[in-house]
Amino acid sequence: MNKAYEASNPGGPHAAVTAQTGAPVLAAKGVHITLGGRKILQDIDLTIGEGEFVCVVGASGCGKTTLLRLLAGLYQPSEGSIRYRDKEMLKPRQDVAIIFQDYGKALLPWRTARGNVALALEAIGAPRATRDARIEELLAKVGLPGEADKYPNQMSGGMQQRLQIARSLAQNPSVLLMDEPFGALDAMTRQGLQDEVLSIARSTGATSFFVTHDLEEAIYLGDRVVGLLANPGRVAITLDVKLPRPRDQLTTREDPEFLRLRRELFDFIKKAEA
Amino acid sequence: MSGFATYDARGVVIPVGLIVLAEVAARVSGLQSDSLAAPSDVVVAGVEALLDGSMLIATYQTLGSALIGLSIGFGIGLALGVLLGMFRVLDHLLEVTIEAIRPIPSVALIPISLLVFGFGYRMEIAVVAFATLWPALILSRAAIAGVEPRLFEVARALQFGLLARIVKIVIPAALPRVFVALRLGIGISLIVGVTVEISANVIGVGHETMLAGQSLRPALMLAYLVWIGILGWGVNAAMLLAQKHLFGPAANMEARL
Repeated sequence: MNKAYEASNPGGPHAAVTAQTGAPVLAAKGVHITLGGRKILQDIDLTIGEGEFVCVVGASGCGKTTLLRLLAGLYQPSEGSIRYRDKEMLKPRQDVAIIFQDYGKALLPWRTARGNVALALEAIGAPRATRDARIEELLAKVGLPGEADKYPNQMSGGMQQRLQIARSLAQNPSVLLMDEPFGALDAMTRQGLQDEVLSIARSTGATSFFVTHDLEEAIYLGDRVVGLLANPGRVAITLDVKLPRPRDQLTTREDPEFLRLRRELFDFIKKAEA
Repeated sequence: MSGFATYDARGVVIPVGLIVLAEVAARVSGLQSDSLAAPSDVVVAGVEALLDGSMLIATYQTLGSALIGLSIGFGIGLALGVLLGMFRVLDHLLEVTIEAIRPIPSVALIPISLLVFGFGYRMEIAVVAFATLWPALILSRAAIAGVEPRLFEVARALQFGLLARIVKIVIPAALPRVFVALRLGIGISLIVGVTVEISANVIGVGHETMLAGQSLRPALMLAYLVWIGILGWGVNAAMLLAQKHLFGPAANMEARL
Protein backbone atom coordinates (compact mmCIF):
# COMPACT_ATOMS: atom_id res chain seq x y z
CA MET A 1 0.00 0.00 0.00
CA ASN A 2 1.30 3.34 -1.06
CA LYS A 3 -0.18 5.45 1.70
CA ALA A 4 0.94 8.95 2.46
CA TYR A 5 -0.91 10.44 5.39
CA GLU A 6 1.00 13.67 5.36
CA ALA A 7 1.31 16.81 3.35
CA SER A 8 3.08 16.52 0.06
CA ASN A 9 6.22 18.61 0.13
CA PRO A 10 7.45 20.44 -2.90
CA GLY A 11 10.46 18.51 -4.07
CA GLY A 12 9.48 15.69 -1.72
CA PRO A 13 8.49 12.18 -2.72
CA HIS A 14 5.13 13.13 -4.25
CA ALA A 15 6.31 15.84 -6.55
CA ALA A 16 8.83 13.39 -7.85
CA VAL A 17 6.51 10.44 -8.44
CA THR A 18 4.11 11.96 -10.92
CA ALA A 19 5.46 11.31 -14.37
CA GLN A 20 3.70 14.18 -16.19
CA THR A 21 4.67 16.76 -13.62
CA GLY A 22 6.68 19.56 -15.14
CA ALA A 23 7.90 22.75 -13.56
CA PRO A 24 5.73 24.00 -10.68
CA VAL A 25 2.93 26.27 -11.88
CA LEU A 26 1.02 26.87 -8.68
CA ALA A 27 2.45 26.40 -5.23
CA ALA A 28 1.04 26.92 -1.76
CA LYS A 29 3.79 27.20 0.85
CA GLY A 30 2.93 27.02 4.55
CA VAL A 31 -0.48 28.53 3.92
CA HIS A 32 -2.78 29.32 6.82
CA ILE A 33 -5.98 31.25 6.47
CA THR A 34 -8.39 32.57 9.08
CA LEU A 35 -11.75 33.92 7.94
CA GLY A 36 -14.17 35.57 10.33
CA GLY A 37 -12.08 34.48 13.30
CA ARG A 38 -12.17 30.81 12.27
CA LYS A 39 -9.11 28.95 11.14
CA ILE A 40 -10.15 27.46 7.80
CA LEU A 41 -6.89 26.07 6.45
CA GLN A 42 -3.72 25.19 8.29
CA ASP A 43 -0.24 24.58 7.01
CA ILE A 44 -1.05 23.78 3.41
CA ASP A 45 1.88 22.80 1.23
CA LEU A 46 0.86 21.90 -2.28
CA THR A 47 2.70 22.13 -5.56
CA ILE A 48 0.96 21.65 -8.87
CA GLY A 49 3.20 20.95 -11.85
CA GLU A 50 2.82 22.06 -15.45
CA GLY A 51 0.01 20.15 -17.15
CA GLU A 52 -0.86 18.22 -14.02
CA PHE A 53 -4.46 17.41 -13.08
CA VAL A 54 -4.90 17.60 -9.30
CA CYS A 55 -8.19 16.74 -7.62
CA VAL A 56 -9.10 17.74 -4.09
CA VAL A 57 -11.63 15.78 -2.04
CA GLY A 58 -12.93 16.11 1.49
CA ALA A 59 -16.07 16.53 3.54
CA SER A 60 -18.06 19.73 3.20
CA GLY A 61 -16.57 22.50 5.28
CA CYS A 62 -13.03 21.15 5.08
CA GLY A 63 -11.83 24.18 3.13
CA LYS A 64 -11.68 22.78 -0.41
CA THR A 65 -13.31 25.84 -1.91
CA THR A 66 -11.24 28.17 0.25
CA LEU A 67 -8.10 26.49 -1.07
CA LEU A 68 -9.30 27.03 -4.63
CA ARG A 69 -10.05 30.67 -3.93
CA LEU A 70 -6.57 31.11 -2.48
CA LEU A 71 -5.03 29.59 -5.59
CA ALA A 72 -7.23 31.89 -7.69
CA GLY A 73 -6.01 34.98 -5.85
CA LEU A 74 -9.54 35.77 -4.63
CA TYR A 75 -8.34 35.31 -1.04
CA GLN A 76 -4.98 36.14 0.46
CA PRO A 77 -3.45 33.73 2.97
CA SER A 78 -3.11 34.90 6.57
CA GLU A 79 0.30 33.22 6.66
CA GLY A 80 2.46 31.65 4.00
CA SER A 81 2.28 32.37 0.30
CA ILE A 82 0.69 31.31 -2.96
CA ARG A 83 3.01 31.47 -5.91
CA TYR A 84 2.25 31.31 -9.60
CA ARG A 85 5.37 30.46 -11.60
CA ASP A 86 7.56 32.09 -8.94
CA LYS A 87 5.45 35.22 -8.68
CA GLU A 88 3.38 35.83 -5.61
CA MET A 89 -0.37 35.59 -6.30
CA LEU A 90 -1.67 38.86 -4.87
CA LYS A 91 -4.78 39.16 -7.04
CA PRO A 92 -6.61 37.10 -9.69
CA ARG A 93 -4.86 36.61 -13.04
CA GLN A 94 -6.51 36.36 -16.43
CA ASP A 95 -4.54 33.24 -17.34
CA VAL A 96 -5.85 31.48 -14.25
CA ALA A 97 -9.51 30.75 -15.03
CA ILE A 98 -12.14 29.80 -12.46
CA ILE A 99 -15.13 27.60 -13.18
CA PHE A 100 -17.75 27.97 -10.45
CA GLN A 101 -20.20 25.33 -9.35
CA ASP A 102 -23.21 27.65 -9.53
CA TYR A 103 -23.13 28.25 -13.28
CA GLY A 104 -26.59 29.83 -13.03
CA LYS A 105 -25.15 32.68 -10.97
CA ALA A 106 -21.80 32.97 -12.69
CA LEU A 107 -23.27 33.62 -16.15
CA LEU A 108 -24.72 36.98 -17.14
CA PRO A 109 -28.44 36.34 -17.64
CA TRP A 110 -28.86 39.38 -19.90
CA ARG A 111 -26.23 38.20 -22.34
CA THR A 112 -26.56 35.39 -24.87
CA ALA A 113 -24.09 32.50 -24.95
CA ARG A 114 -22.10 34.57 -27.44
CA GLY A 115 -22.16 37.58 -25.14
CA ASN A 116 -21.07 35.56 -22.14
CA VAL A 117 -18.03 34.22 -23.95
CA ALA A 118 -17.40 37.72 -25.29
CA LEU A 119 -17.12 38.99 -21.69
CA ALA A 120 -13.85 37.10 -21.27
CA LEU A 121 -12.62 38.24 -24.69
CA GLU A 122 -13.38 41.84 -23.69
CA ALA A 123 -11.42 41.29 -20.49
CA ILE A 124 -8.28 40.08 -22.25
CA GLY A 125 -8.69 42.76 -24.92
CA ALA A 126 -9.04 40.38 -27.86
CA PRO A 127 -9.28 42.32 -31.13
CA ARG A 128 -12.92 42.90 -32.08
CA ALA A 129 -12.54 41.46 -35.56
CA THR A 130 -11.44 38.06 -34.30
CA ARG A 131 -14.03 37.71 -31.57
CA ASP A 132 -16.92 36.15 -33.48
CA ALA A 133 -14.77 33.42 -35.00
CA ARG A 134 -13.18 32.71 -31.63
CA ILE A 135 -16.60 32.47 -29.96
CA GLU A 136 -17.86 30.00 -32.58
CA GLU A 137 -14.72 27.95 -32.14
CA LEU A 138 -14.99 27.87 -28.35
CA LEU A 139 -18.69 27.03 -28.32
CA ALA A 140 -18.06 24.19 -30.76
CA LYS A 141 -15.21 22.97 -28.58
CA VAL A 142 -17.43 22.62 -25.50
CA GLY A 143 -20.24 20.98 -27.45
CA LEU A 144 -22.48 24.01 -27.94
CA PRO A 145 -22.27 24.62 -31.69
CA GLY A 146 -25.14 26.73 -33.01
CA GLU A 147 -26.29 27.78 -29.52
CA ALA A 148 -24.63 31.20 -29.63
CA ASP A 149 -27.88 33.17 -29.57
CA LYS A 150 -29.51 31.39 -26.65
CA TYR A 151 -29.75 33.02 -23.26
CA PRO A 152 -28.53 31.05 -20.23
CA ASN A 153 -32.08 30.61 -18.92
CA GLN A 154 -32.98 28.91 -22.19
CA MET A 155 -30.30 26.28 -21.59
CA SER A 156 -30.14 23.16 -19.45
CA GLY A 157 -27.79 23.02 -16.47
CA GLY A 158 -25.26 20.95 -18.42
CA MET A 159 -25.31 23.42 -21.29
CA GLN A 160 -24.85 26.36 -18.92
CA GLN A 161 -21.83 24.70 -17.37
CA ARG A 162 -20.42 24.04 -20.84
CA LEU A 163 -20.92 27.73 -21.55
CA GLN A 164 -19.04 28.70 -18.42
CA ILE A 165 -16.20 26.40 -19.50
CA ALA A 166 -16.19 28.07 -22.92
CA ARG A 167 -15.93 31.47 -21.25
CA SER A 168 -13.03 30.34 -19.10
CA LEU A 169 -11.24 28.96 -22.16
CA ALA A 170 -11.65 32.33 -23.86
CA GLN A 171 -9.15 33.66 -21.31
CA ASN A 172 -6.49 31.37 -22.83
CA PRO A 173 -5.85 30.00 -19.37
CA SER A 174 -2.73 28.13 -18.43
CA VAL A 175 -4.51 27.02 -15.24
CA LEU A 176 -8.11 25.89 -14.85
CA LEU A 177 -9.50 26.03 -11.31
CA MET A 178 -12.77 24.12 -11.05
CA ASP A 179 -14.94 24.29 -7.94
CA GLU A 180 -17.25 21.25 -7.88
CA PRO A 181 -18.26 22.12 -11.42
CA PHE A 182 -20.50 19.10 -11.92
CA GLY A 183 -21.92 18.88 -8.40
CA ALA A 184 -25.39 19.99 -9.45
CA LEU A 185 -25.66 17.89 -12.62
CA ASP A 186 -27.23 14.49 -13.19
CA ALA A 187 -25.02 11.41 -13.54
CA MET A 188 -25.14 11.09 -17.34
CA THR A 189 -24.45 14.77 -18.00
CA ARG A 190 -21.70 14.66 -15.43
CA GLN A 191 -19.87 11.76 -17.11
CA GLY A 192 -20.08 13.48 -20.49
CA LEU A 193 -18.60 16.65 -19.01
CA GLN A 194 -15.86 14.75 -17.18
CA ASP A 195 -14.61 13.42 -20.52
CA GLU A 196 -15.02 16.87 -22.04
CA VAL A 197 -12.85 18.43 -19.35
CA LEU A 198 -10.20 15.72 -19.74
CA SER A 199 -10.01 16.28 -23.47
CA ILE A 200 -9.87 20.06 -23.01
CA ALA A 201 -7.10 19.75 -20.42
CA ARG A 202 -5.23 17.46 -22.77
CA SER A 203 -5.63 19.60 -25.89
CA THR A 204 -4.85 22.92 -24.22
CA GLY A 205 -2.18 21.54 -21.93
CA ALA A 206 -3.77 23.52 -19.11
CA THR A 207 -2.83 22.71 -15.55
CA SER A 208 -5.98 21.71 -13.70
CA PHE A 209 -7.13 21.94 -10.10
CA PHE A 210 -10.46 20.25 -9.54
CA VAL A 211 -12.48 20.36 -6.31
CA THR A 212 -15.10 17.66 -5.84
CA HIS A 213 -16.74 15.61 -3.15
CA ASP A 214 -17.15 12.66 -5.51
CA LEU A 215 -14.22 10.31 -4.78
CA GLU A 216 -14.61 8.32 -7.98
CA GLU A 217 -14.73 11.48 -10.04
CA ALA A 218 -11.50 12.61 -8.42
CA ILE A 219 -9.71 9.34 -9.24
CA TYR A 220 -11.15 9.20 -12.75
CA LEU A 221 -9.94 12.70 -13.62
CA GLY A 222 -6.78 13.21 -11.62
CA ASP A 223 -3.08 12.54 -11.85
CA ARG A 224 -3.11 13.11 -8.14
CA VAL A 225 -5.84 13.16 -5.52
CA VAL A 226 -5.43 15.24 -2.39
CA GLY A 227 -7.68 14.50 0.58
CA LEU A 228 -8.38 17.24 3.12
CA LEU A 229 -9.49 16.86 6.72
CA ALA A 230 -11.63 19.51 8.37
CA ASN A 231 -11.35 21.76 11.47
CA PRO A 232 -8.97 23.16 10.53
CA GLY A 233 -8.60 22.09 6.90
CA ARG A 234 -5.31 20.32 6.23
CA VAL A 235 -3.86 17.95 3.69
CA ALA A 236 -4.24 14.44 5.08
CA ILE A 237 -3.65 12.11 2.17
CA THR A 238 -2.08 12.31 -1.26
CA LEU A 239 -2.64 9.55 -3.80
CA ASP A 240 -0.86 9.31 -7.12
CA VAL A 241 -3.17 7.99 -9.80
CA LYS A 242 -1.23 6.01 -12.36
CA LEU A 243 -4.11 5.01 -14.56
CA PRO A 244 -3.47 5.08 -18.29
CA ARG A 245 -4.75 7.98 -20.37
CA PRO A 246 -6.94 8.64 -22.24
CA ARG A 247 -9.36 7.46 -19.62
CA ASP A 248 -12.58 5.69 -20.40
CA GLN A 249 -15.78 5.69 -18.35
CA LEU A 250 -16.02 1.89 -18.50
CA THR A 251 -12.54 0.42 -18.70
CA THR A 252 -10.88 2.94 -16.39
CA ARG A 253 -13.51 2.49 -13.73
CA GLU A 254 -13.08 -1.32 -13.95
CA ASP A 255 -9.30 -1.17 -13.73
CA PRO A 256 -8.05 -2.97 -10.57
CA GLU A 257 -5.86 0.04 -9.81
CA PHE A 258 -8.94 2.28 -9.93
CA LEU A 259 -10.74 -0.02 -7.51
CA ARG A 260 -7.74 -0.13 -5.22
CA LEU A 261 -7.48 3.67 -5.11
CA ARG A 262 -11.21 3.91 -4.60
CA ARG A 263 -11.02 1.58 -1.62
CA GLU A 264 -8.09 3.48 -0.16
CA LEU A 265 -9.83 6.82 -0.50
CA PHE A 266 -13.12 5.50 0.91
CA ASP A 267 -11.29 4.02 3.89
CA PHE A 268 -9.60 7.32 4.46
CA ILE A 269 -12.86 9.30 4.37
CA LYS A 270 -14.61 6.79 6.62
CA LYS A 271 -11.79 6.99 9.10
CA ALA A 272 -11.81 10.76 8.96
CA GLU A 273 -15.54 10.84 9.67
CA ALA A 274 -15.34 8.34 12.54
CA MET B 1 -49.97 41.15 -19.82
CA SER B 2 -49.90 41.35 -23.61
CA GLY B 3 -52.88 43.62 -24.23
CA PHE B 4 -56.50 43.05 -25.02
CA ALA B 5 -56.01 40.11 -27.35
CA THR B 6 -55.49 37.62 -24.54
CA TYR B 7 -58.45 38.71 -22.43
CA ASP B 8 -61.38 36.32 -22.27
CA ALA B 9 -64.28 37.94 -24.14
CA ARG B 10 -66.61 36.88 -21.32
CA GLY B 11 -64.86 39.39 -19.05
CA VAL B 12 -66.43 42.23 -21.05
CA VAL B 13 -69.97 41.10 -20.29
CA ILE B 14 -70.22 42.61 -16.82
CA PRO B 15 -68.84 46.14 -17.50
CA VAL B 16 -70.82 46.47 -20.75
CA GLY B 17 -73.92 45.15 -19.02
CA LEU B 18 -73.56 47.67 -16.19
CA ILE B 19 -73.16 50.55 -18.64
CA VAL B 20 -76.25 49.47 -20.57
CA LEU B 21 -78.15 49.07 -17.30
CA ALA B 22 -77.09 52.58 -16.17
CA GLU B 23 -78.18 54.02 -19.52
CA VAL B 24 -81.58 52.29 -19.38
CA ALA B 25 -82.09 53.31 -15.74
CA ALA B 26 -81.21 56.94 -16.53
CA ARG B 27 -83.58 57.07 -19.52
CA VAL B 28 -86.46 55.33 -17.76
CA SER B 29 -86.21 57.46 -14.62
CA GLY B 30 -85.64 60.67 -16.58
CA LEU B 31 -82.47 61.29 -14.50
CA GLN B 32 -81.97 64.91 -13.42
CA SER B 33 -78.97 64.95 -11.06
CA ASP B 34 -76.08 67.13 -9.88
CA SER B 35 -73.82 64.14 -9.37
CA LEU B 36 -74.89 61.43 -11.84
CA ALA B 37 -75.31 61.33 -15.60
CA ALA B 38 -76.37 58.82 -18.25
CA PRO B 39 -73.43 57.08 -19.96
CA SER B 40 -74.41 58.54 -23.31
CA ASP B 41 -74.33 62.06 -21.85
CA VAL B 42 -70.90 61.34 -20.39
CA VAL B 43 -69.65 60.30 -23.82
CA VAL B 44 -71.13 63.39 -25.45
CA ALA B 45 -69.59 65.69 -22.82
CA GLY B 46 -66.24 63.93 -23.19
CA VAL B 47 -66.19 64.20 -26.97
CA GLU B 48 -67.17 67.88 -26.79
CA ALA B 49 -64.37 68.60 -24.31
CA LEU B 50 -61.94 66.73 -26.54
CA LEU B 51 -63.03 68.60 -29.66
CA ASP B 52 -62.89 72.08 -28.13
CA GLY B 53 -59.39 71.36 -26.96
CA SER B 54 -59.96 71.99 -23.25
CA MET B 55 -59.44 68.33 -22.35
CA LEU B 56 -56.25 68.09 -24.40
CA ILE B 57 -54.81 71.23 -22.86
CA ALA B 58 -55.61 69.93 -19.38
CA THR B 59 -54.03 66.57 -20.29
CA TYR B 60 -50.92 68.30 -21.53
CA GLN B 61 -50.69 70.25 -18.27
CA THR B 62 -51.12 67.18 -16.11
CA LEU B 63 -48.80 64.88 -18.07
CA GLY B 64 -46.27 67.66 -18.46
CA SER B 65 -45.96 68.44 -14.78
CA ALA B 66 -46.15 64.74 -13.82
CA LEU B 67 -43.33 63.79 -16.22
CA ILE B 68 -41.09 66.72 -15.35
CA GLY B 69 -41.65 66.05 -11.66
CA LEU B 70 -40.90 62.39 -12.24
CA SER B 71 -37.70 63.15 -14.16
CA ILE B 72 -36.42 65.32 -11.34
CA GLY B 73 -37.54 63.05 -8.50
CA PHE B 74 -36.56 59.82 -10.20
CA GLY B 75 -33.24 61.24 -11.35
CA ILE B 76 -32.25 62.33 -7.84
CA GLY B 77 -33.60 59.11 -6.32
CA LEU B 78 -31.75 56.93 -8.82
CA ALA B 79 -28.44 58.74 -8.35
CA LEU B 80 -28.75 58.50 -4.56
CA GLY B 81 -29.87 54.86 -4.77
CA VAL B 82 -26.87 53.87 -6.89
CA LEU B 83 -24.48 55.68 -4.55
CA LEU B 84 -26.03 54.16 -1.43
CA GLY B 85 -26.18 50.72 -3.05
CA MET B 86 -22.51 50.74 -3.98
CA PHE B 87 -21.05 52.43 -0.92
CA ARG B 88 -22.33 51.03 2.35
CA VAL B 89 -20.73 53.84 4.35
CA LEU B 90 -22.94 56.43 2.66
CA ASP B 91 -25.94 54.23 3.28
CA HIS B 92 -25.27 54.14 7.01
CA LEU B 93 -24.48 57.84 7.08
CA LEU B 94 -27.77 58.88 5.46
CA GLU B 95 -30.04 56.22 6.90
CA VAL B 96 -31.51 58.30 9.72
CA THR B 97 -31.97 61.39 7.57
CA ILE B 98 -33.75 59.44 4.86
CA GLU B 99 -35.98 57.54 7.23
CA ALA B 100 -36.98 60.80 8.91
CA ILE B 101 -38.03 62.57 5.70
CA ARG B 102 -39.42 59.66 3.70
CA PRO B 103 -42.60 58.98 5.73
CA ILE B 104 -43.95 62.51 5.15
CA PRO B 105 -47.00 62.03 2.86
CA SER B 106 -46.21 63.92 -0.33
CA VAL B 107 -49.61 65.60 -0.43
CA ALA B 108 -48.88 67.13 2.98
CA LEU B 109 -46.33 69.24 1.14
CA ILE B 110 -48.99 70.88 -1.05
CA PRO B 111 -49.52 73.88 1.28
CA ILE B 112 -45.79 74.56 1.57
CA SER B 113 -45.26 74.10 -2.14
CA LEU B 114 -48.16 76.45 -2.85
CA LEU B 115 -46.67 79.03 -0.52
CA VAL B 116 -43.23 78.78 -2.11
CA PHE B 117 -44.15 78.47 -5.79
CA GLY B 118 -47.72 79.75 -6.04
CA PHE B 119 -50.27 78.20 -8.42
CA GLY B 120 -49.06 76.56 -11.61
CA TYR B 121 -46.58 74.02 -12.87
CA ARG B 122 -43.77 74.53 -10.41
CA MET B 123 -45.66 73.70 -7.23
CA GLU B 124 -47.07 70.55 -8.81
CA ILE B 125 -43.68 69.50 -10.18
CA ALA B 126 -42.15 69.94 -6.73
CA VAL B 127 -44.70 67.72 -5.00
CA VAL B 128 -44.48 65.04 -7.71
CA ALA B 129 -40.69 65.10 -7.51
CA PHE B 130 -40.81 64.58 -3.76
CA ALA B 131 -43.29 61.72 -4.11
CA THR B 132 -41.32 59.84 -6.80
CA LEU B 133 -37.87 60.33 -5.27
CA TRP B 134 -38.36 57.69 -2.55
CA PRO B 135 -39.45 54.68 -4.54
CA ALA B 136 -36.66 55.45 -7.01
CA LEU B 137 -34.10 55.67 -4.23
CA ILE B 138 -35.20 52.59 -2.34
CA LEU B 139 -35.76 50.33 -5.34
CA SER B 140 -32.57 51.29 -7.13
CA ARG B 141 -30.59 50.86 -3.91
CA ALA B 142 -32.12 47.41 -3.53
CA ALA B 143 -31.44 46.64 -7.21
CA ILE B 144 -27.75 47.46 -6.82
CA ALA B 145 -27.46 45.60 -3.53
CA GLY B 146 -29.24 42.64 -5.12
CA VAL B 147 -26.73 42.16 -7.94
CA GLU B 148 -25.51 38.57 -7.71
CA PRO B 149 -22.23 38.65 -5.72
CA ARG B 150 -20.86 35.81 -7.85
CA LEU B 151 -20.91 38.19 -10.83
CA PHE B 152 -18.58 40.55 -8.98
CA GLU B 153 -16.21 37.63 -8.44
CA VAL B 154 -16.37 36.78 -12.12
CA ALA B 155 -15.53 40.42 -12.82
CA ARG B 156 -12.65 40.32 -10.33
CA ALA B 157 -11.31 37.10 -11.79
CA LEU B 158 -11.37 38.72 -15.23
CA GLN B 159 -9.64 41.78 -13.75
CA PHE B 160 -12.22 44.36 -14.79
CA GLY B 161 -11.69 47.84 -13.35
CA LEU B 162 -14.34 49.84 -11.50
CA LEU B 163 -15.75 51.46 -14.64
CA ALA B 164 -15.95 48.19 -16.58
CA ARG B 165 -17.58 46.57 -13.57
CA ILE B 166 -20.26 49.27 -13.42
CA VAL B 167 -20.87 49.25 -17.17
CA LYS B 168 -20.70 45.51 -17.78
CA ILE B 169 -22.16 44.12 -14.55
CA VAL B 170 -23.89 46.61 -12.24
CA ILE B 171 -25.95 48.59 -14.74
CA PRO B 172 -27.25 45.71 -16.85
CA ALA B 173 -27.95 43.63 -13.76
CA ALA B 174 -29.86 46.40 -12.01
CA LEU B 175 -31.58 47.93 -15.04
CA PRO B 176 -34.65 45.67 -15.24
CA ARG B 177 -35.43 46.31 -11.58
CA VAL B 178 -34.80 50.02 -11.95
CA PHE B 179 -37.25 49.96 -14.82
CA VAL B 180 -39.86 48.39 -12.57
CA ALA B 181 -39.24 51.30 -10.21
CA LEU B 182 -39.76 53.69 -13.11
CA ARG B 183 -43.10 52.04 -13.94
CA LEU B 184 -44.13 52.45 -10.33
CA GLY B 185 -42.89 56.05 -10.36
CA ILE B 186 -44.97 56.97 -13.40
CA GLY B 187 -48.09 55.67 -11.70
CA ILE B 188 -47.27 57.63 -8.56
CA SER B 189 -46.52 60.79 -10.53
CA LEU B 190 -49.97 60.69 -12.17
CA ILE B 191 -51.77 59.98 -8.90
CA VAL B 192 -49.96 62.74 -7.04
CA GLY B 193 -50.23 65.19 -9.94
CA VAL B 194 -54.01 64.78 -10.19
CA THR B 195 -54.31 64.96 -6.41
CA VAL B 196 -52.46 68.29 -6.36
CA GLU B 197 -54.76 69.59 -9.10
CA ILE B 198 -57.89 68.47 -7.31
CA SER B 199 -56.87 69.87 -3.94
CA ALA B 200 -55.15 73.11 -4.84
CA ASN B 201 -53.80 73.77 -8.29
CA VAL B 202 -55.61 75.54 -11.10
CA ILE B 203 -54.31 73.52 -14.04
CA GLY B 204 -54.73 69.99 -15.40
CA VAL B 205 -57.36 67.30 -15.58
CA GLY B 206 -57.81 67.19 -11.80
CA HIS B 207 -58.70 70.86 -11.71
CA GLU B 208 -61.07 70.46 -14.69
CA THR B 209 -62.78 67.57 -12.89
CA MET B 210 -63.30 69.72 -9.79
CA LEU B 211 -64.48 72.65 -11.89
CA ALA B 212 -67.05 70.50 -13.72
CA GLY B 213 -68.35 69.15 -10.44
CA GLN B 214 -68.59 72.58 -8.86
CA SER B 215 -70.39 74.03 -11.88
CA LEU B 216 -72.96 71.20 -11.63
CA ARG B 217 -72.01 69.45 -14.85
CA PRO B 218 -71.86 65.80 -13.74
CA ALA B 219 -71.58 64.46 -17.31
CA LEU B 220 -68.37 66.43 -17.92
CA MET B 221 -67.04 65.55 -14.47
CA LEU B 222 -67.57 61.84 -15.11
CA ALA B 223 -66.11 62.20 -18.61
CA TYR B 224 -62.90 63.54 -17.01
CA LEU B 225 -62.92 60.68 -14.53
CA VAL B 226 -63.09 58.16 -17.40
CA TRP B 227 -60.39 60.09 -19.26
CA ILE B 228 -58.04 59.99 -16.25
CA GLY B 229 -58.60 56.22 -16.10
CA ILE B 230 -57.73 55.90 -19.78
CA LEU B 231 -54.57 57.99 -19.28
CA GLY B 232 -53.42 55.80 -16.40
CA TRP B 233 -54.13 52.61 -18.29
CA GLY B 234 -52.41 53.91 -21.44
CA VAL B 235 -49.26 54.99 -19.64
CA ASN B 236 -48.97 51.66 -17.83
CA ALA B 237 -49.56 49.68 -21.04
CA ALA B 238 -46.90 51.73 -22.84
CA MET B 239 -44.41 51.05 -20.04
CA LEU B 240 -45.12 47.33 -20.08
CA LEU B 241 -44.58 47.25 -23.82
CA ALA B 242 -41.34 49.19 -23.48
CA GLN B 243 -40.17 46.85 -20.74
CA LYS B 244 -40.80 43.82 -22.91
CA HIS B 245 -38.95 45.32 -25.86
CA LEU B 246 -36.03 46.64 -23.83
CA PHE B 247 -35.29 43.63 -21.70
CA GLY B 248 -36.76 40.67 -23.59
CA PRO B 249 -35.87 37.28 -22.12
CA ALA B 250 -33.61 38.78 -19.49
CA ALA B 251 -36.61 40.62 -18.05
CA ASN B 252 -38.23 37.30 -17.28
CA MET B 253 -35.40 36.54 -14.91
CA GLU B 254 -34.57 39.92 -13.47
CA ALA B 255 -37.79 41.90 -13.41
CA ARG B 256 -39.88 39.58 -11.29
CA LEU B 257 -40.62 41.95 -8.46
